[in-house]
Amino acid sequence: MSTATGRGRRQLDTTAIVFIALAAVMAIGAILVGTVGRNFLSPGNIRDILTSMSVLGFVAIGQTLVILGASLDLSVPYVVSLSSLIAADTMAGSNARILPAVLAALGACALIGLANGLIVTKLKVHGFMATLGMGLVVKGYLDTQYKGTSGNVPWNFQLIGATGIGPVPISTLLMLGFAALVALYLARTRTGNHLFAVGDNVEVSRLSGIRTARPVIAAHMLCSVFAGLAGLLLASRLGVGSPTVGTQGGYDLLSIAAVVLGGTLLMGGRGSVWGTIGGVAIFAVLDNVMSVMQLNPFLKEVVRGVVIVLAVAIYTGRSIARRRARFGPDAPPPAPGPRDSARGPASASAPSPGHDAREARR
Amino acid sequence: MNVIRTLLSPRGAVFLLLAGLLIAVTVISPSFAEPGQLIRFIQRVAPIAIVAIGQYFVIVGGEFDLSMGSLITAQVVIAGNLIGQDAGRIFPVLALMLVLGVLVGLVNGLLVTLLKVPSFIVTLGMMLALLGGVMYWTGGAATGNPVDSFRQLGRGGIRGVPVIEILPYSVLVMAAVLAAAIWLTRTSFGRTVIALGDNPRAVRYAGARSWWVTTSTFVISALTATISGILLVGYAGVHPKVGQGYEFIAITAVVLGGVVLGGGRGWVVAAMAGAFALEALFTLLNFAEVPSTLRDGIQGVIIIAAVAYSASPLGGAKRKAAPPAPPQTSPPDGKEPVAPAHLGS
Amino acid sequence: MRRKAVMTLAVGAVAALALVGCTTDPTVTGPGASTTPATTGAAAESSTAPSTPSTEWFDQAVYDEQFAQRSVTPEGPADKPYLQHINAEMVSTAKYKSTGAKKACFANASISNPWRQTGWITMNEQLKELQKSGAISEMETRDAKDSDDTQIADIDYFINEGECDVFIISPNSTAAMTPAVERACKTDKPVIVFDRGVQTDCPVTFIHPIGGFAWGIDTAEFLNDNLQSGDKVVALRILPGVDVLEQRWAAAEKLFKESGVEAVDYFTGADPVEIKKIISDELAKGEVKGIWMDAGDGAVAAIEAFEDAGKALPVMTGEDELSFLRKWKDTGITALGPVYSNFQWRTPLLAAADIFAGKDVPKEWVLPQSPITSADLDSYLTANDGMPDGHYAKFGGEDLPGYPQIWQKRVIP
Repeated sequence: MSTATGRGRRQLDTTAIVFIALAAVMAIGAILVGTVGRNFLSPGNIRDILTSMSVLGFVAIGQTLVILGASLDLSVPYVVSLSSLIAADTMAGSNARILPAVLAALGACALIGLANGLIVTKLKVHGFMATLGMGLVVKGYLDTQYKGTSGNVPWNFQLIGATGIGPVPISTLLMLGFAALVALYLARTRTGNHLFAVGDNVEVSRLSGIRTARPVIAAHMLCSVFAGLAGLLLASRLGVGSPTVGTQGGYDLLSIAAVVLGGTLLMGGRGSVWGTIGGVAIFAVLDNVMSVMQLNPFLKEVVRGVVIVLAVAIYTGRSIARRRARFGPDAPPPAPGPRDSARGPASASAPSPGHDAREARR
Repeated sequence: MNVIRTLLSPRGAVFLLLAGLLIAVTVISPSFAEPGQLIRFIQRVAPIAIVAIGQYFVIVGGEFDLSMGSLITAQVVIAGNLIGQDAGRIFPVLALMLVLGVLVGLVNGLLVTLLKVPSFIVTLGMMLALLGGVMYWTGGAATGNPVDSFRQLGRGGIRGVPVIEILPYSVLVMAAVLAAAIWLTRTSFGRTVIALGDNPRAVRYAGARSWWVTTSTFVISALTATISGILLVGYAGVHPKVGQGYEFIAITAVVLGGVVLGGGRGWVVAAMAGAFALEALFTLLNFAEVPSTLRDGIQGVIIIAAVAYSASPLGGAKRKAAPPAPPQTSPPDGKEPVAPAHLGS
Repeated sequence: MRRKAVMTLAVGAVAALALVGCTTDPTVTGPGASTTPATTGAAAESSTAPSTPSTEWFDQAVYDEQFAQRSVTPEGPADKPYLQHINAEMVSTAKYKSTGAKKACFANASISNPWRQTGWITMNEQLKELQKSGAISEMETRDAKDSDDTQIADIDYFINEGECDVFIISPNSTAAMTPAVERACKTDKPVIVFDRGVQTDCPVTFIHPIGGFAWGIDTAEFLNDNLQSGDKVVALRILPGVDVLEQRWAAAEKLFKESGVEAVDYFTGADPVEIKKIISDELAKGEVKGIWMDAGDGAVAAIEAFEDAGKALPVMTGEDELSFLRKWKDTGITALGPVYSNFQWRTPLLAAADIFAGKDVPKEWVLPQSPITSADLDSYLTANDGMPDGHYAKFGGEDLPGYPQIWQKRVIP
């Protein structure tokens, strides 16, 4: 268990940095918002920030799982749209059909996730390509089957997106609740633990008797289901399903950026859900402040781009300093191809299941 | 025997796919096989093939470059706004574009190597910042197309060539870029890139300046995006949508060419063939009159199937054996990497 | 393992194909998966499919209405098209009458294309004029970047924090924005909606040009008049699923079918590279007599594809975007410049001033929308000399103080 506690400690550190960064962004934001005569901590503003966290939060929680397993999911925007459409169509304005609609939407998403997971683990296609392709497939389905917004969400379901406790929207509380569940899943279940192991080094995991495909498939299924939850929330907010609502939000790249901003390694094996939530919050505060300041929309993109890189640089700069720890008692078992902890996502020996030659031969 | 094995191997798979697609297009529209048409097809693929070559160096070195598309857009708009209708400004602006390309590559590379930020994030940030910056500068719409003489590079060609009638300049540019790329892969630089993608630590122990090699791959990638932008200004004109999505097209092409995401394996010619295969697929969909809403879906299925094929035992591939190959086993002289089939089957 | 992999590959590929090609949702029936025409238009089908969740884009009633509106002479000042209206039913705004400079809150869908950028520049110049006259104190704007979810949050933010006197909303999409617009109406402040509509009549006024069907009718009639039955038209469309664009195509497709003109449609993402490739492939396949576009930017690449292939130039409909108008002039093609009146961006702020002055305004403020023909091409080119290619000829801001430098330099706040 020494590696697990070691990971726990490191996680705490990383997550702490993320939240310190968040606090800094909030402080600067509050001052900037003050300069235009607005109150950063007014209920309406808090609500605006938390609302914009909810949808991206759901997607990013799922993306965290996939990235921990050293894969990626670029199909999420289309899954989000599909889920919103299935839900809104199935509900068709009737309260009685809410439950079947939710199950149908999430079931369809789980199937897409299963397909992603199987393609990645069994067909040995890198997650980047597998989910890029799957995204196109789902997009083709959406374009063919749907013409614009569709369906009708009953008022009771719209309440999920529209109500709040004080300034805190219910949707945000739900999102945080799910984040807690996922944190538990990662810390307490065997599949969760194995996901870290497989993400860190698929070969070592296999040699230690882990069935390496299972956690990755589970992560992909959960990721798609979380994208589905985001789609349900959007359907609740929009009152209809929409074939473009996922791409509108740019949830693919934004969720990956939020995950990395939250301190999770793009190459897998290390990270935490709470860090991701911190990353999502940083984006939300940034967007809120820029909108209140009425910054030119094109300049907003520039700021976003710069902040993404700088924020991650602060974190990685620190992790370089701590790299020695990998060779201490906390270090993972010596890998055949030891990796540099802070290199690119696709770093040489990044353990993609595709590299496991022996499993393929079995 | 060898030919068959090569074609069935993942390295050959892309050529097989390309041949199949070209034959399919020709069956639907026989005139496609006429030399005059074929050379037009190559002209059209050239900008994509060139960015695929650039992306190859980044990917084989173990990184991603997501900023290529935005850089193309930036260069296209710069050409339109700064050259305008004044032919005398072509060379100064061209120089400026090249400088910008090098600069973008350097920033990408140094952020990745010195600040240790994952390339996915660095180039994602660059993608947002570049596009946002260009849109802010131009108010969203460029002034207009640059002078026609500048656009000739992407649009025109040498006329009166026997058989093909016209030899587009972009085909020549692409050939030059390819030749340079093949030459590069044969130098010690090229070998280090592949070794770096294979096992960065070993490269560092061997005393190579890995930060400089990685940075150089980003510079190469940014320069190919610049060249591609110059060709696209000619081919299609100035518009803020030009270049959009080229980063994903380039990565897809490279992977179709059998290059492994994560680096260490791949052949630059196959990466370029991947670009041709991808474009042949789009052309086939145009010729086959596939309903417009279905195209993306078909494209997705074919991408997954093709990559799965090259990754599967069916394709004869045995991916990276458990112990990572030491740098010395990287392809000698930058030829095709040692066929993994020899190790496994 | 080997066999297993092959099996998985096969199953995966088949499953993926099935997902794309087949209809899994039993309520969405129809041969849409295999033929294009059935996926759009085809009004008969929508009436037979029970509880079809997706709306068909073609709507005969709206089509007929817009068809008629095209030939109505608009009321209002002749030299101010942005204040004209067609078949207006005036409503009283007496209850909003009040003095002093007012704060406007503008929830914009986006400025992500040249048409919206041009309009946004014009709107800001109009704002300056109204600030000078003391009608409007300031305008706070939130840009939703083409996202429904963001725009809903933007409207909610304005309601809670904006201290707005009037809401101006350019909805990102129709159905999804309806609940948020209704919330804005409940504040009892005047709400003005323009461009795309919403499914509620709670706003004081809804400002828009005649509409997408009128665009489709103008363009398709022009092509039908200039082509023979059996001639081929390539339709270049930006992207699926956006109502203002889909309606243009729905009307045009119907008219092409009726006249026997053969039309194939492509999605281009407004990328001229895609446009040129598509046209080149179509020209390699056979003769193309006409080009139809649902938005004009990128039109030049389509014409250049004909030039490069050495083919006779097509009959073409583009837009009032200047790059197209200039190429039209240079090549002398037979063309039409349909218009989705860009000057509508001036109207909302003027409407706000009218509302606070207690003047009656049209409940549905339908602005004129008349295409640019070869007869008035030259005058529009002269009037817009010096403007960038991405500028729109009928932007309607010639009498504003910043004209022409602000538009020439495309100063975007």
